[in-house]
Amino acid sequence: MTALLELAAISRRFGAVQALHDAAFVLQPGQLHALLGENGAGKSTLMRIVNGMIRPDRGSFLVHGQPVAPASPREARALGIGMVHQHFSAVPAFTVGQNIALAAGWSPAPNDLRTRLRALMTRVGFELDPGQRSDSLTVAQRQALEILMALAGEARVLLLDEPTGVLAAADADRVLTVVREFTRQGGGAVLITHKLEEALRHADQITVLRRGEVSLHGPAAELTAAKLEHAMLGDAPPAASPLRRTVAGPIVAHCSNLIVPAEAGGTGLRGVTLEMRGGEIVGVAAVEDNGERELLRTLGGLLSPASGFCEVLTSRTLIPEDRTTEALIPSFSLTENRLLAGGAQSGSASTWINWDRERLATEALIAANGVVAAGANATAEELSGGNQQRFVIARQLESAPGLIVAENPSRGLDFKAAADVFDRLRNAAGAGAAVIFHSVDLDEVLANADRVVVLHQGQLAAPAAGADRDEIGRLMLAGSAGPSA
Amino acid sequence: MNLSRSIRQAARGGGLPVVAVLVGLVILAMGLEAAGYSAADGLGALWRGSFGSWYAISSATLPRAVPLLFIGAGLTLAFRAGAFNIGAEGQFYAGAIAATWIGLHVGGWPAPLALIVVGAGALLAGAAWCVIPTILRVRFGVLEVISTLLLNFVATALVSFMVTGPLQESRRVYPQSDPIAAAARLPLLPGTRLHLGLPIAVVVCMALWLLYTRTRWGFRLRALGAGPRAAMITGRVPAGRYLAVALLGSAALAGLAGGIEISGVSYALFQNLSPGYGFTAIAAALLARLNPIGLLATSLLFAALEAGAGAMQRDAGIPSVVVSVVEAVILIVVVVADRWRGPGAGGSNQ
Repeated sequence: MTALLELAAISRRFGAVQALHDAAFVLQPGQLHALLGENGAGKSTLMRIVNGMIRPDRGSFLVHGQPVAPASPREARALGIGMVHQHFSAVPAFTVGQNIALAAGWSPAPNDLRTRLRALMTRVGFELDPGQRSDSLTVAQRQALEILMALAGEARVLLLDEPTGVLAAADADRVLTVVREFTRQGGGAVLITHKLEEALRHADQITVLRRGEVSLHGPAAELTAAKLEHAMLGDAPPAASPLRRTVAGPIVAHCSNLIVPAEAGGTGLRGVTLEMRGGEIVGVAAVEDNGERELLRTLGGLLSPASGFCEVLTSRTLIPEDRTTEALIPSFSLTENRLLAGGAQSGSASTWINWDRERLATEALIAANGVVAAGANATAEELSGGNQQRFVIARQLESAPGLIVAENPSRGLDFKAAADVFDRLRNAAGAGAAVIFHSVDLDEVLANADRVVVLHQGQLAAPAAGADRDEIGRLMLAGSAGPSA
Repeated sequence: MNLSRSIRQAARGGGLPVVAVLVGLVILAMGLEAAGYSAADGLGALWRGSFGSWYAISSATLPRAVPLLFIGAGLTLAFRAGAFNIGAEGQFYAGAIAATWIGLHVGGWPAPLALIVVGAGALLAGAAWCVIPTILRVRFGVLEVISTLLLNFVATALVSFMVTGPLQESRRVYPQSDPIAAAARLPLLPGTRLHLGLPIAVVVCMALWLLYTRTRWGFRLRALGAGPRAAMITGRVPAGRYLAVALLGSAALAGLAGGIEISGVSYALFQNLSPGYGFTAIAAALLARLNPIGLLATSLLFAALEAGAGAMQRDAGIPSVVVSVVEAVILIVVVVADRWRGPGAGGSNQ
């Protein structure tokens, strides 16, 4: 039997980050294949390669046994590969029928379309009203529409990027039943998910990625949640106990019963209470979109809670996640970028800017922090990612704030630059500041935090003293309230 | 490619506008020849009508530069904040209507007082014309490009209504207003049609230049335009307030341009008072890379093209609209050069 997809020794690098390293993946007809991994493990990169959105640097890629790797989503579709993206791609103002016609390249003439739609929905086993506007569908119906759109072009391979992430359990089951029906007819489906239970219950085959490499691969029937967790999160680093030291500085921030609506996707905060003391580094462990962003942005003063309160008793600074759109203005010089943050911090800023003074201060800042730049007049976009982040952190710490909030501060940095970032945060904590940070990499959280808190579905779980890595991993995936089987 | 590299170098050195103008003129000359006119005659008339004599400079070119300067100065404010006010033409007319109405009622006042009231009325009327787009943008995120543009049509219709209705001249024959009171007229440089608006416009440009380059407020305004998310998140710039000030400020200056056109040039309101100043000023502001000092030069250039176009039609029989070809080519060259130099090079990303 020829495999639908056969990828071997696939590698792909983005700048300093090795997103995939010698990854292998095989999809057989009739198979529902779950792809697991933490954020940044390489799942999406692998699927984007299959869908023709990016090309691998190395490796072989066969579709139906032929070496015809797609160079664009359009070519992928022609090869019978359909993708359901994490975010809805249907045009909201179009009807169900129009969206499917658009995706499949069908004529939108009503008569033609009606019969084709009926055939499609019978085949897939999910009925939607073709005349209904997409923006009036329920979330589960929208997800079903996305699947119909992907399958409309006679797809043999269906890629699903977290299709159940936003669905209630019953709806998720319904969507997965549709996928099951598709594989029963000889198609193959790849299911990207964070939910271990879902993978174990529905999939035939499971592949786990960790840091761009396949860490586990096998039939679902032979695997357990514990094995999957271990494969996703890896071995505990030898000496890293998350509760390394207790710090008894003064309280600098106090949040009680915080309820914050979700900013973009995810859950927001649903009643979080947290206290922070000077000198400690708090690591926030969370699977993406479980409220980590809202917690940090509330502490950083960007979001205000819908209820509850968050009191910060000291000066604070936020190191935002996105360096080039949130922390820096790429076309501005370093002097201007330093002034951008400085203007906000020193409240009694004068009306006039003394550019000579600002330039000298910026030169001093980049020299003292080892930022490799042509000088204070260099624009931010001329710097490498690591130097941009070094500059951002130096700038945010310049005024010695009492609370430092860092979102994913090592994002996109290589190992050395990331270590440098955390050294600086640790030095600031040593000087008495409270630091709170989130990283998508659990090991990074464990390695750098004095204390770890876990966010799951917008609620905070503090691991018991001496909790090990596996227990923290369980809390991230299941929360403290959920009965973890 | 050699040519592209040298154009790019010229652009980096600030020579881009010169290159753009030369390309525009060359294309105009080629077009004239192709259409059977003498390019030499045409370009000669263009020169005589714009810079060829003291009279052409002081009475044709410079008076046309004044509204471009006021409107363009305002547009640098809006564009730098990332707000695309395309409604300067309408705001110009709003200011002109207000100035006419006030100018008709200040007979017998001391001239300085009358002029200040006329100017203030024009400023306020211009800003008022942009209140709705500003609220729509700041409160509801409605694109100001659309709302300001559409209000232009409302404004021109309002002028037509005014000059055939409430503000029509007393004999009720022509679609225009009575001349405004002498006290409401700006002093002229003797022997020319050059009025006091020019030095005021130059002062406004210099003040804006200081604002952008030397003050914290202007810096934050620029940050908002160049990197809105970074400005709000890292710079904690209150975006709504800055956008509102930028939009209303730009509209106020466009209104003032309309008031000064009434008070310094036409002394009466009529339809087509503006030969598209509100749109030409966009070109002037962009060509100046939103630098108010550069605007002094680019406004002069576009004013000269307008003035010269009239002479070309009179002396060489060439339709004056061909000059808009030059204006268009200049803009295209600037936009293409911006793309070459990569994102973030201009003052007005997005």
